[in-house]
Amino acid sequence: MAPQGTPTVVVVGNGMVGYKFCEKLLAKSTAFNLVVFGEEPRVAYDRVHLSEYFGGKTADDLLMAPTQWYHDHGITLHLGDAVQEIDRSRRTVHARSGLVQPYDYLVLATGSSAFVPDVPGVEKKGVMVYRTIEDLDEIKAYAATARSGAVLGGGLLGLEAAKALLDLGVADAHVVEFAPRLMPRQIDTAGSAMLQTKLEALGLKIHLSKATSHIGGEGKIDSLHFGDGSILEVDMLVISAGIRPRDELAKLAGLEVGMRGGIVVNDEMRTSDSRIFAIGECALHSGMIYGLVAPGYDMAEVVVSQLLQGARAFTGYDMSSKLKLIGVDVASFGDPFIAEPHSRSIVFEDAHSGVYKRINISPDGKYLLGGVLIGDAEAYNMLLQTVNNKIALPPHPEDLILGARGGEAEAGAGVMSLPDEALVCSCEAVTKGMICNAVTDLGATSVDAMKKCNKAGTGCGGCIPMVKDLINGTLTAQGAYIKNVLCEHFDYSRQELIDLLHINNIRSYDAALDHFGTGDGCEVCKPAVASILSGLWNELIVKQNVIQDTNDRYLANIQKGGSYSVVPRMAGGEVSPQQLMAIGRIADKYNLYTKITGGQRIDMFGAHVSDLPNIWEELIAEGFESGHAYGKSLRTVKSCVGSTWCRFGLHDSVSFAIEIENRYKGIRSPHKLKSGVSGCVRECAEAQAKDFGVIATEKGWNLYVCGNGGAKPQHAQLLASDIDKETLIKYLDRFMMFYIKTADPLMRTATWLNKMDGGIAYLRNVIVNDSLGICADLEAELALLINNYHCEWKEVVENPELRKQFTHFVNAPKAKDPTMEFADMRGQKMSKAW
Amino acid sequence: METLTEVTWLPVCQAADIPADGGACALVEGEQVAIFNFARRGEWYATQNLCPHKQQMILARGMIGSTGEACEPKVACPYHKRTFSLLTGECLNADECSIQTYPIKVEDDVVYIGWA
Ligand code: SRM
Ligand SMILES: Cc1cc2nc3c(=O)[nH]c(=O)nc-3n(C[C@H](O)[C@H](O)[C@H](O)COP(=O)(O)OP(=O)(O)OC[C@H]3O[C@@H](n4cnc5c(N)ncnc54)[C@H](O)[C@@H]3O)c2cc1C
Ligand code: SF4
Ligand code: FES
Repeated sequence: MAPQGTPTVVVVGNGMVGYKFCEKLLAKSTAFNLVVFGEEPRVAYDRVHLSEYFGGKTADDLLMAPTQWYHDHGITLHLGDAVQEIDRSRRTVHARSGLVQPYDYLVLATGSSAFVPDVPGVEKKGVMVYRTIEDLDEIKAYAATARSGAVLGGGLLGLEAAKALLDLGVADAHVVEFAPRLMPRQIDTAGSAMLQTKLEALGLKIHLSKATSHIGGEGKIDSLHFGDGSILEVDMLVISAGIRPRDELAKLAGLEVGMRGGIVVNDEMRTSDSRIFAIGECALHSGMIYGLVAPGYDMAEVVVSQLLQGARAFTGYDMSSKLKLIGVDVASFGDPFIAEPHSRSIVFEDAHSGVYKRINISPDGKYLLGGVLIGDAEAYNMLLQTVNNKIALPPHPEDLILGARGGEAEAGAGVMSLPDEALVCSCEAVTKGMICNAVTDLGATSVDAMKKCNKAGTGCGGCIPMVKDLINGTLTAQGAYIKNVLCEHFDYSRQELIDLLHINNIRSYDAALDHFGTGDGCEVCKPAVASILSGLWNELIVKQNVIQDTNDRYLANIQKGGSYSVVPRMAGGEVSPQQLMAIGRIADKYNLYTKITGGQRIDMFGAHVSDLPNIWEELIAEGFESGHAYGKSLRTVKSCVGSTWCRFGLHDSVSFAIEIENRYKGIRSPHKLKSGVSGCVRECAEAQAKDFGVIATEKGWNLYVCGNGGAKPQHAQLLASDIDKETLIKYLDRFMMFYIKTADPLMRTATWLNKMDGGIAYLRNVIVNDSLGICADLEAELALLINNYHCEWKEVVENPELRKQFTHFVNAPKAKDPTMEFADMRGQKMSKAW
Repeated sequence: METLTEVTWLPVCQAADIPADGGACALVEGEQVAIFNFARRGEWYATQNLCPHKQQMILARGMIGSTGEACEPKVACPYHKRTFSLLTGECLNADECSIQTYPIKVEDDVVYIGWA
């Protein structure tokens, strides 16, 4: 309970702005007793990223802060309890539950609701709005059975909703807009036209200048009827026709409200009752409702200042916005529409790639006033800064939208030249100066650390690229060098350690620890050093088995229950009938579950550790060798059938896949490597999803690198085209060794490239043009690894000392783990659930 | 308060059976015991073989190492990398329950486990 005399601030509405107000007030003062009423059943969540709820985020992921946060900060929270009445003379609010709560100050943060136009039929089933998590649940449930759907409204939110329909699998998705173009309030006519083309390419059908006269259907929507007599048949409709400020409570209490809705406030965010404030989407300031979160946060800041006798005022806000999530970059900033004679416009349009950019500059050519970006909004942050900070324009302002012509890189240039006051994160009002200071004074050198320091980037997230550039720019200015150390035992990055171990010819983990580490090592640095040693010398890993991750230690992947799997190599997916029979026989003998893997080979599961050497002995006798399915090394080179059989095949992809797989097999790398070779552009081997992939062309082969399936799929990028086999192998040798030497532990090639300054252009320069002059070394180092290849299983099978390690009990080598259990499944065995 | 229980020293295996800086599992009176040869420090440890996280008979195949200023010796479970102190059996990086540790000694190249 708050001490006597502590003023009580009651907040009505626990939405984004209501929450932010609490957070901001608590950061400045604890001299208030905070009571919050929220009508929704859950605590405030991030409405801006609401659509991500369809993309797999949970309601919990979206919370602004967990319920515990309110508790920890002594806030009294009433959820699912709307305030129904304000008694201004008694200074109390009355909630639906019957609760009467006195206040000293009242903050109305009731937000807005979706505006539903008065079209006959809006009450029908299948007509929904897009505002709360509950709305989204309803849409999701409905979309599951809908074949077609429409969104009423082609504005910012409408397009986001339309994209969501597509993502939810509603194949036939429409956007219906009353105006003759999309996003009429943010972008100009030419920009709208370009946007429309791009959205149509995504599969959205756009209907402009359509006035909806009624919604058809028996109890449940089946069609939209328009003023021009046309009809659109749809199973569902999402209305996104604008917002309606929720001023009903204020109106009832006799506070002044605007003609078209909104609680009237002055620059101090006070309503016509000076003890009552209104903030966020319910507030009407100078005739404006701000439907964005950043101005709402600024309003919250103003009220905090007023409560603490400060002098901050709200003076309007820039409505610049960048649209997210719809698969097309769209941004507008400053004044997008201003035209002659008040400004001159420069327009760049590329219908082929769907890019439209317009900037409006002052008549004297000195300042940027605003603009529109469609198809490529990378320059948005920098342009917005240029407008907001009145930065003088360069002599050729067209450079702002055309970039440094001819060059691929030059990202982030210029951020360091912004003034310290430049507002970088407008959601959280964080300036460039605050970000740079957090780097120098508080050591915030990552975006996550920055978020903790000053919340930059925690709102809409649009400023994150700029925050990153500022962090790196500040570090570079300090002469700092950013490094990732392995763990508490090695104060070196993987890249540094690989050089140290190479130069000093170090070949064992113990020697590495003695020379360059401290303590006794751990499960992080042991396998990392093991990988480095293999990448340098490619010596038999089982000779240092105690530093290997468990799969490498037993040369097999461990399964639930402690059994292991056996995967012989089948280069290129090719296998002879004799080999198939041998596998069948051996799997049967040792009672193994067999399955064709996603990598075009056969996996045998459920082997006892003590059977492994026996199984391999038999496999080797049949001509098989290790498939390295357990190693951070080349897995498979997938191939399509290619020109030997396929009527489209340009070259023999199988033979090339086998050649590549055999060349690189067994080589240890920072993470596993996968590859594919396709015989033509139909790409049946999915080469572009691989760490390196090869596709046959009329003239030779195209080489793609740094693709990834797995958790974060990413397409590979073209490194070189129409090259012959020899050149391709040469580039691959260099690529592989460069990756081995410079990636962090457990970093796949895709992430490696994503983190590489200059990206694919830089990598191409290193590999193809030898810009670092290291290619001869890379090739020689890789040749050494290839020459040192050995089938690890053959070595074990033939070496009694090594074989001895494959037992469950040292003192009962023949006994199997009695706790290991299997269950039956479709005539084979499976491991028992944990 | 500490109680000292009389233990019986059971010979289990040869010292050379346990890889240096690694571990192996031994069957002791019907129980699975993980034995670790921390050669780098010249120390020996013994714990239960069962990882309490998913009830897997596996700890002997885990990687050993140390952590913190005091270089607390530990073992990491191969499955999900829960780590346990070799001194106390306490789980160091999660809320798993502690594992049992056993007295161990090596005499004349024979490993003995102290059985209560
Ligand atoms: C057996 C197999 C599934 C199947 O039955 O098809 C499989 C099984 C396992 N995969 Fe996989 N992956 C298999 C194909 C794939 C593929 C598809 C492919 O290679 O074409 C992918 C996506 C492609 C990619 O990697 O880019 C794939 C992405 C992963 C990932 C995620 C990697 C990532 O970058 O996000 C992991 C986790 C890891 O490696 O850290 C993983 C890890 C695993 C592990 C090793 C998990 C583990 O540590 O126990 C599984 C071992 C099972 C075993 O005991 O043998 N597996 N895994 C496939 C073996 C292919 C082979 O012949 O070697
Ligand atoms: C899908 C979607 C995408 C968006 N994308 C963006 C974007 O990209 N960028 C951007 O800047 N903005 C975006 N917005 C807008 C942004 O979400 C809003 O500007 C912001 O949520 C406004 O915050 P608020 O607190 O004023 O209102 P709200 O978040 O709506 O919160 C108001 C809360 O008050 C409650 N309430 C109302 N009356 C009462 C009462 N009498 N008693 C108790 N509680 C009451 C309501 O139930 C609600 O929970 C988007 C909105 C949506 C719906
Ligand atoms: S997808 Fe997951 S569950 Fe399936 S094999 Fe790969 S790692 Fe195992
Ligand atoms: S079973 Fe040991 S950590 Fe999961």
